[in-house]
Amino acid sequence: MDFDLSEEQRLLKESVDGLLSDAYDFDARKKYMAEKGGWSRAIWSKLAEQGLLGLPFAEDDGGFGAGAVETMIVMEALGRALVLEPYLPTVVIAGGLLRHGGSAEQKAAHIPAIIDGSKSFAFAQLEKNSRYDLNDVVTSAKKKGAGWVLDGEKFVVINGENADTLLVTARTKGGQRDKNGIGVFAVAANAKGVARKGYPTQDGLHAADITFTGVEVGSEAAIGDPENALPLIERVVDEARTAMCAEAVGAMDESLKTTVEYLKTRKQFGVPIGSFQTLQHRAADMFVAVEQARSMSMFATMASDFDDAKERATAVAAAKVQIGKSAKFVGQQAIQLHGGIGMTQEAKIGHYFKRLTMIENTFGDTDYHLRRVTESGGLV
Amino acid sequence: MDLAFSKEEMAFREEVRTFFRANVPPETRRKLVEGRHLSKDEMVAWWRILNRKGWGVSHWPKEYGGTGWSSVQHYIFNEELQMYPAPAPLAFGVSMVGPVIYTFGNEQQKKHYLPRIANVDDWWCQGFSEPGSGSDLASLKTKAERKGDKYVVNGQKTWTTLAQYADMIFCLCRTDPAAKKQTGISFILVDMRSKGITVRPIQTIDGGYEVNEVFLDDVEVPLENLVGEENKGWDYAKFLLGNERTGIARVGVSKERIRRIKELASKVESGGKPVIQDQGFREKLAAVEIELKALELTQLRVVADEGKHGKGKPNPASSVLKIKGSEIQQTTTELLMEVIGPFAAPYDEHGDDGSNEAMDWTAQIAPSYFNNRKVSIYGGSNEIQRNIITKAVLGL
Repeated sequence: MDFDLSEEQRLLKESVDGLLSDAYDFDARKKYMAEKGGWSRAIWSKLAEQGLLGLPFAEDDGGFGAGAVETMIVMEALGRALVLEPYLPTVVIAGGLLRHGGSAEQKAAHIPAIIDGSKSFAFAQLEKNSRYDLNDVVTSAKKKGAGWVLDGEKFVVINGENADTLLVTARTKGGQRDKNGIGVFAVAANAKGVARKGYPTQDGLHAADITFTGVEVGSEAAIGDPENALPLIERVVDEARTAMCAEAVGAMDESLKTTVEYLKTRKQFGVPIGSFQTLQHRAADMFVAVEQARSMSMFATMASDFDDAKERATAVAAAKVQIGKSAKFVGQQAIQLHGGIGMTQEAKIGHYFKRLTMIENTFGDTDYHLRRVTESGGLV
Repeated sequence: MDLAFSKEEMAFREEVRTFFRANVPPETRRKLVEGRHLSKDEMVAWWRILNRKGWGVSHWPKEYGGTGWSSVQHYIFNEELQMYPAPAPLAFGVSMVGPVIYTFGNEQQKKHYLPRIANVDDWWCQGFSEPGSGSDLASLKTKAERKGDKYVVNGQKTWTTLAQYADMIFCLCRTDPAAKKQTGISFILVDMRSKGITVRPIQTIDGGYEVNEVFLDDVEVPLENLVGEENKGWDYAKFLLGNERTGIARVGVSKERIRRIKELASKVESGGKPVIQDQGFREKLAAVEIELKALELTQLRVVADEGKHGKGKPNPASSVLKIKGSEIQQTTTELLMEVIGPFAAPYDEHGDDGSNEAMDWTAQIAPSYFNNRKVSIYGGSNEIQRNIITKAVLGL
């Protein structure tokens, strides 16, 4: 049992923290947000130069063969700086689908462009009525010759507006909620029949609602088994949840730090407001919430090594519950302790609150995952 | 980073478990499982078994009878002990006064007291709190005046746990009335059989007699019972209170109780089906299990940190342990109450000493719920813990 980072992991942390503290303060973030599509290609290139976009890929595929702990380190740093660039959809999700489900040809076709930063990806999964159930898929993929034809609608596809390639979940057979008959298809965003309606999201990212009308793809588009890709999707979404837990810990860390700083400097009644015990205890409770979240982020990260898939899923669900609760508490109290200034767009704290709020509602909220833990029989 | 215990650690866990299975008296275990109180003899008998095995004072330095275990091994031992369950060693001797004596005491004190603590030849109790000095402990008034070759101690201690069984009490006494608060306090060992000591039991809301008031009227104590230097007692008290950073979370106790909740909730019916099948109840239980898992991980982080970097600089996460640990203990007793519902009502006037076996053991559930309100008050209330986080961690 060991919670320390290895020497290599420590260096990784220093390098990503260093990059972001140089290039990603709150003012810089505003500039990046104003760029086309809402994020900075220059920063994306820097992430590529430092090897961060290639971290989880096998050395044979041009990557560094890093594991879940390395992803946790990067995501925590990205959360701390509230990074806008599409690391999660591109490296974690698309990368994960390709690593765990892609053939040698598919890996060769897509992974180099992820690693060198030339292409970004989006995961088109959410549907109008699917909410958090990954098996609830109406979008269809029908066999045509050797290839497939896709029809359907996807919603709130993060980075969907900017992505070069979409990874789309679609039903190849069975009914709306059947576990069998779900596939994942790689679709060029500019393919004929793909219509994207882009918009900014509450937390400053960009998403799109995407319609697929008779979109034809070749047989090489299907990642994994087109009739039974749900286990692959579940595995990768668990990795995304785990990564988001780490991102949330970074965002919570920074929220607490920013709030404590404010308590020390803001004066009322002639004294720093941090001298009032009511506010001190609130900040102490925020600290407790952050540490409990950090513990569960580590738990989910280390659970990726568990042999038993069910145990792994329960661990991730449990972590998402803790992170959801902690994030809500830390986010809300950070605004409260900032007072009026916390309500403004120009103060950075509100932006952390918004990102934390969106994380809770992505890939299953607190209630959803609590039910999953309950159904699994619990942790004790 | 690696969550797995090593092969050696797993083997150690098995060794500990096997020993408990073979050596904890079944009656002792049963009473703990059912939330009943143990008699003094039952506790002492078990502690002596533990001491014969060489595990009575496991975390002490080897030269005084400790085991030399790693911090992970201590963690495993405590978890297994709490989950079996078996009575934990008497904290007042083993975790509190013992370490103060071997760290600050003189050779004669070490030689005399340490083996007696290990074998529970002396039952120790703690003389810190006073009626006017709870969270503000340093305001304590009990005074010890030098008169010839002895101290004369006058004052009153309170919340003295199990003083009714005690042979010895370690007291914080004011020895320099002129000095300000924290300075001028000394750490003095007092024989409970001394003339001038009166113990008055305090009945707590659960009906039990755990705590007492201890009155000291002109109690004569030999000067040699001073530990360390005169007027330095506050330093030793801080050392003592800071010593138990990880045990306080009581993760094993809460795990055991959750198992109990599940067992009981499968038997008790509500709306024609076992309570455990009620979705609302199950979700409440799962929520506690998640909090407990987070706490366990936080505790493991602290343990691993101590193992690697020593106990010198406390991991900031350690202040989380008391707050969350006590909250979870309280929530789990609350859930037990919820399971038995209206059957929590009967009150067993003689339940406290465990002698009334005729009473259904569910009668212990309400007392346990009431009794566990103490865990967020003692050992530095949770509000004091927040003060500690505020100052030591957040720098406010």
